[in-house]
Amino acid sequence: MTTLTMAQALNTALRDAITQDDDVVVFGEDVGTLGGVFRITDGLTRDFGEERCFDTPLAESGIVGFAVGMCMAGFRPVVEMQFDAFGYPAFEQVVSHVAKMRNRTAGAVQLPMVIRFPYAGGIGGVEHHSDSSEAYYAHTPGLKVVSPSTPADAYGLLRQAIEDPDPVVFMEPKALYWAKGEVQTPGQPLPFGRAAVRREGTDVTLIAYGPSVPVALKAADAAREEGWDVEVVDLRTITPFDDDTVARSVRRTGRCVVVTESHGFAGVGAEVAARVQERCFHSLAAPVLRVSGLDIPYPAPKLEHTYLPGVDRVLDAVARLQWDDEPDTRWLDSARGGAA
Amino acid sequence: MASRTKGKADSGFAPPDLRAEPPATLRDYYRQMTLIRAFELRANEMYRRAKIGGYCHLNLGEEATVVGLMSALEKRDYLFTTYRDHGYALARGLAPGAVMAELFGKSTGVSKGLGGSMHLFDAKARMLGGYGIVGGQIPPATGAAKALTYRGDPGPDAEAVMCLLGDGTTNIGAFHESLNLAAIWHLPIVYVIVNNRLGMGTTVERASAEPELFKRGCSYRMPGERVDGDDPVAVREAARAALTRARTERQPSLLETMSYRLKGHSVVDPATYRSREESQRVRDLDPLPAFRSRLIEAGVLDDDDAKALEEEAEQQVAEAVDFADKSPDPQVKDLFNYAYATDVANASRRLPAEPVFPVADDSTGGAS
Ligand SMILES: Cc1ncc(C[n+]2csc(CCOP(=O)(O)OP(=O)(O)O)c2C)c(N)n1
Ligand SMILES: [Mg+2]
Repeated sequence: MTTLTMAQALNTALRDAITQDDDVVVFGEDVGTLGGVFRITDGLTRDFGEERCFDTPLAESGIVGFAVGMCMAGFRPVVEMQFDAFGYPAFEQVVSHVAKMRNRTAGAVQLPMVIRFPYAGGIGGVEHHSDSSEAYYAHTPGLKVVSPSTPADAYGLLRQAIEDPDPVVFMEPKALYWAKGEVQTPGQPLPFGRAAVRREGTDVTLIAYGPSVPVALKAADAAREEGWDVEVVDLRTITPFDDDTVARSVRRTGRCVVVTESHGFAGVGAEVAARVQERCFHSLAAPVLRVSGLDIPYPAPKLEHTYLPGVDRVLDAVARLQWDDEPDTRWLDSARGGAA
Repeated sequence: MASRTKGKADSGFAPPDLRAEPPATLRDYYRQMTLIRAFELRANEMYRRAKIGGYCHLNLGEEATVVGLMSALEKRDYLFTTYRDHGYALARGLAPGAVMAELFGKSTGVSKGLGGSMHLFDAKARMLGGYGIVGGQIPPATGAAKALTYRGDPGPDAEAVMCLLGDGTTNIGAFHESLNLAAIWHLPIVYVIVNNRLGMGTTVERASAEPELFKRGCSYRMPGERVDGDDPVAVREAARAALTRARTERQPSLLETMSYRLKGHSVVDPATYRSREESQRVRDLDPLPAFRSRLIEAGVLDDDDAKALEEEAEQQVAEAVDFADKSPDPQVKDLFNYAYATDVANASRRLPAEPVFPVADDSTGGAS
């Protein structure tokens, strides 16, 4: 085990993948000479040569479409979109080709590519540099959408993303790039679709992913002082979605708050809330609440803290979970064969 | 239509004869250049002192280009720029205080602090925005040029559009889509590639198959021309000729100005991809002292005049910083005011600490 930042863990994952698999190539804007704006690809060109990591001109749609072609010829490209919003010029390629190629060819073409995005805010960036764009991709069948919250997960999930036969949209929370954690290197790919219970609790489940996980954990600590015992589930992957872990937790706690940094309306939080009520309706003692970014374009730095769902807002939601009522568990009794 | 380079390529441009210019004009160019220089240096400093947030791209090294282009552009014309837009805003007449306040994110900024450094905008000055997305400005600028054709006939007094873009931006699809549209529809627009030899850390030669970027106009039968971006008069002349073609013939043009970016891509970029020698060479080519010496040589200025202009610029910028610093922050309550023109029924406008669900209205007989 070594202590690495998430940025270093991602860099290490790329290095290990390049070393172990000759088909892995990395490219994007300024990923070579500069090593990427966030230095995720630092030193790859120097250490593995231009063949394995190269700079492209400024042309996102070209970059992603180019990766499609490389996949068709047997490679495993890992491309970088410099920031969340700079991926929009490539949206056509992602949605119309990357996501649909396999289905369109009845499985004849696989696109084992990874599109990496530094995403979300909290670093005093602005519009275009702080977007949470995961819902656009998660809404598109054919894409897997992943967002790590720890260096170890960043390593394992990126390794899995590169090995995965499907195209993966890999969302890296920039606010966590410099957060440190223990990482096993070289390590194993972390299978998709397995949410992690980051903290166990009995009263309420907070569900989060990526940048919102540390917020949920802090809120859970603070809630302890208020007498609530809070469980925190980190989804890790949005698609595939781990219904089992989520439902198991909420059935136990009976209360649920979904925390996402993206805008709330029609976001991933809405999907989580819907799935929870579909599966846990009879265990719920309160409506599933969402805490999210506000439904406005990402604001200038001075008002960023108002936009972001912080600890206070999470606690506020927890406080509103109808604590006066006892959860109605009569259905449980009947499910067990009637009251004893 | 032929593309051409004025003078010799790159650093070997033949400079226009300054004696043909009214001294007051030249003096004013130097004044504007020093104002932009002073503004950008202070913006750099304010960013480092965390007074400015977000991202901040400076026109350092491009002052002569900015002033040359903006002297050719008439008040009635429209301007679209990249995110490297501070100098253009100042030269277009936006108040330095309001521009600095926008950088600071203050409510007295040109867009109440909502746009920030990359999105300076002023409808009155017909500055239709800086754009933070590479290439984002090019199709809108082209559309604006089409709109002008509905409003008036071609002629020397017609309005035109100028659209700025960086060298790296010529590789994005929007550039090619737009040039084609402008050419087939004969639009009154001048595209200007501000070639500072780098797109972030990537050189023109590494990014563009035809590194003489003005030649890309050929594919659209659009006149292309390359000028010395370190010479405001040369830039003005080339831009004026292109604007005249746009006004009188509705013939779009592609102009390329050659200059250097003195510092990193943005304030936070240490530009490690540039060698020490290269950085020194770029500093030696700084257009500001070069233009200053030329003016002194031509007898337009003496050292005292130049110093007076420089001090005046410093003073103006100090006032702008003071204004920005003392201006009020934007208010949380205004956060939802601008996303939509009309109220969107049931849209969440909930701020932190407000109830998740509105309390049931008594008149509806709600429980509790
Ligand atoms: C679509 C998009 N991709 C990437 C970026 C990030 N980015 C901002 S500026 C820039 C380089 C642009 O270079 P150039 O066009 O030469 O303009 P310059 O910055 O040199 O003025 C890059 C890659 C962006 N803003 N938008
Ligand atoms: Mg450039």
